[in-house]
Amino acid sequence: MSSPVRPVFPFSAIVAQEEMKQALLSSAVDPGIGGVLVFGDRGTGKSTAVRALAALLPPMRAVVGCRYGCDPGAGDALCEECREKAAHAALKSKLLPVPVVDMPLGVTEDRVVGALDLERALSQGVKAFEPGLLARANRGFLYIDEVNLLEDHLVDLLIDVAASGENVVEREGLSVRHPARFVLIGSGNPEEGELRPQLLDRFGLSVEVKTPDNLSERVDVVRRRDEFDRDKQGFIARWKKHEDALRRRVVAGRKRLADIQVPDAVLESAAKLCMNLGTDGLRAELTLLRAARALASYEQAREVEIAHVRRVAPSALRHRLRRDPLDESGSSMRVERALQEVFGA
Amino acid sequence: MSLIDDAALTASLFAVDPSGLGGVCLRSPVHPARDQWLLILRELLPVHAPMRRVPFNIPDGRLLGGLDLTATLKANRPVAQRGVLAESHGGVVVLAMAERLSANTAARLNAVLDAGEIVMPREGVEIRNPAEVGIVALDEGMSEEEYAPSALLDRFGFLLDLNGLSVKAPLIAAHLGEEILAARRLLPAVAASAEIMQALCATALALGVYSPRVSVLALRAARAAAALDERREVSREDAVLAGRLVIAPRATIAPPQAPAEPETAPPPVENDSPQDSNDTDAPAEIDPQQLQELLLEATQSAIPPGLLARLRSSATERARQSRSGGGRAGALRNAGGRGRPAGIRTGAPRGDARLNVIETLRAAAPWQRLRGRTAAGGTRIRISAEDFRVTRYKQRAQTLTIFVVDASGSSALNRLAEAKGAVELLLADCYIRRDQVAVITFRGREAQLLLPPTRSLVRAKRSLAGLPGGGATPLTAAIEAAAALAIAAQRRGETPTLVMLTDGRANVSRDGSPGREAAHAQAMKAAGLISAGRITTLFVDTSPRPQPLAQELARKMNAQYLPLPFANARTLTQSVQAATARETARAV
Repeated sequence: MSSPVRPVFPFSAIVAQEEMKQALLSSAVDPGIGGVLVFGDRGTGKSTAVRALAALLPPMRAVVGCRYGCDPGAGDALCEECREKAAHAALKSKLLPVPVVDMPLGVTEDRVVGALDLERALSQGVKAFEPGLLARANRGFLYIDEVNLLEDHLVDLLIDVAASGENVVEREGLSVRHPARFVLIGSGNPEEGELRPQLLDRFGLSVEVKTPDNLSERVDVVRRRDEFDRDKQGFIARWKKHEDALRRRVVAGRKRLADIQVPDAVLESAAKLCMNLGTDGLRAELTLLRAARALASYEQAREVEIAHVRRVAPSALRHRLRRDPLDESGSSMRVERALQEVFGA
Repeated sequence: MSLIDDAALTASLFAVDPSGLGGVCLRSPVHPARDQWLLILRELLPVHAPMRRVPFNIPDGRLLGGLDLTATLKANRPVAQRGVLAESHGGVVVLAMAERLSANTAARLNAVLDAGEIVMPREGVEIRNPAEVGIVALDEGMSEEEYAPSALLDRFGFLLDLNGLSVKAPLIAAHLGEEILAARRLLPAVAASAEIMQALCATALALGVYSPRVSVLALRAARAAAALDERREVSREDAVLAGRLVIAPRATIAPPQAPAEPETAPPPVENDSPQDSNDTDAPAEIDPQQLQELLLEATQSAIPPGLLARLRSSATERARQSRSGGGRAGALRNAGGRGRPAGIRTGAPRGDARLNVIETLRAAAPWQRLRGRTAAGGTRIRISAEDFRVTRYKQRAQTLTIFVVDASGSSALNRLAEAKGAVELLLADCYIRRDQVAVITFRGREAQLLLPPTRSLVRAKRSLAGLPGGGATPLTAAIEAAAALAIAAQRRGETPTLVMLTDGRANVSRDGSPGREAAHAQAMKAAGLISAGRITTLFVDTSPRPQPLAQELARKMNAQYLPLPFANARTLTQSVQAATARETARAV
């Protein structure tokens, strides 16, 4: 799968869109937050940002030759092949880039879940499993642009796998199961249709992007795009310093994550906020705290502060409000209101 | 500048940088000038650059690529086939009937326009092809509702309405092929000053063109214009041209009467990015303020007159936005192999049925040894007709629930608010089932399509909230409007359900003359349309006591009759559910 990598617009050169960048960086620091949904206006750099994220992720240690990129230290979570190998000898591993897998509209289901290896079936008459996109995305990110246009049967599949972290293939006489834990990233334009609530729930954070209405920001967008178009490599080289700095912060954030304390007062206020909003179950509260901790860690704070909670609350909660489905437009407002009530102006 | 000159110039600019400028939307019915425009473009493009015509209903396999079955079977290994987009790499794709393009196909095109390549696994093969293309969309939409998908147009540099072109005046190329080639070579070296960029952005913003993409496209158009003129620096004339061709056709707000007050002194371009130092040396004589004014004025004067007239009736604009998916109606229906795969069946790939290669091979596999023997050896896989397997698709019938809400004086007295409440509950239910909804209201003299079919609940709710009450009861007009909408939905292969909320007391005839009896007779006749069209209907009588007139109408419509006094919100919802469930079951 190594091919000349097309030059990607650097993350650090994306103008404004702070909420989107904050959410993506948080999920890079703590993939456990559970993915990001980016919904909003056209031409706001949604997919540019996601594609640029790959460059900021520190490499991961993976078992050599494993088709699912197993973590050698995963123990029970290893795939069958790795488990078998581990029984005989220590697993060899190496550093690999974290996969950011694109799931374009138009992929066929067999290539998403994996299917019979056509090549071997044809040339040797052998029935062998060829892993699909879900296998490739294991331990990384799975990105779906125009997620609201995805065909229904693929949505069903994603909902199932994203929840279980495991892909079970029962087709064409094959019976295979393999780990498929990935961070789901979706983007789309709400005008094209709404998302099914079950899929919505699979995203940890949801951000709304709007076109900048500030002239100087817009000029920056146009100018940087123009520079990139005219000299891609040069542009990337000029931004390398910024990219490196950002990557170092993500790496540092990951390292410190486990040491970040969450004071009781913060826990309490998060609970109060969720209660005030009447969110369903614990998921909202857990995501809220996780996102706040990732942000605190990224910003090199010693512990999570109320301010962190406040900043991540809109993206962690706006798609989880138990609501009258007619009240969609107001969900950001409702979070804002609850924030005012719980934390004061 | 006349339309004919602009059309010729557009062809030249586009030929200089097709993939950078994204595309051209040619809006007109079949027209000699359109054919001529395409001929000119062909001449201007480099000889080797492909220019391929694509039908609007092209299947994914041909558009994006997939498994080449013939070659696969011949070679005994999977052979990938390039799709039309990859085959057109470095050239132009001409999309016929773009107004019928489905949102799904448009999304695939968008992804390719953005990435310049196709990378995806399909049908057992890994596809990875460069696909830098420009698109010419032939949009034959006639009405305001019929447009090429707006997400696609957002990526197009030029929207050209050829309707105004006379058949007599011939369209002539503005440049020669060699000039285009020279411009292509020069293009990478063409630079634009910060002032030009700022002026383009400010103009777009002032005219309500919010997508940043459009400003980027305008800049690229300006650079192409400079290259055509053999200059390395974008001039103010280039910017004016780009404003006229790229920004003006998308204006969404009427510019302020006194133009050119670029608000609080235009922010100086800040040096906040590490590479600004090399592009700030603009020719000194251009005053940025003056440039902005000039550009805004020029662009403004190029806004097509019809465009602003249309914007004035904001209702039309809203209807247009709601259909931002573009001409998706119908297109989804006939793309047969869609929906949820519902198993495999044997059968030849004919018509809508698509061959399932893997299943076919699997079916053939056990027989190979046997067939190989009888056919005297050989290592090729032998497939015979009985091995063919095709995928079956089950498509959920798309349902459209049309609410017809009586907002007349008599109804307003009789609990219009409650009717609204009931509709909201039903809407919530439609949301869960992902139905489309539409709302027709009637009062005074006419019925009004308050909300064209949509899935957006927010809009449905908003449109109801602002609904005023009072006036006469033009029931006939309402029934006719509802029947027309329902029949149109049926024609698209959807399943409409009508929910009438009225007291059934018609008191205005179609021509607006008052009189109960005549009005009722007319309404009864119109009700016949509903039963003749076999449209599932729920008639909710909103009067305080069940009305004989309403019952009569309901019978005539073959509708289920439900007097609201006896119906609380829950029974109402259940009735609609039952009605639609019946319909859906029948349609599958």
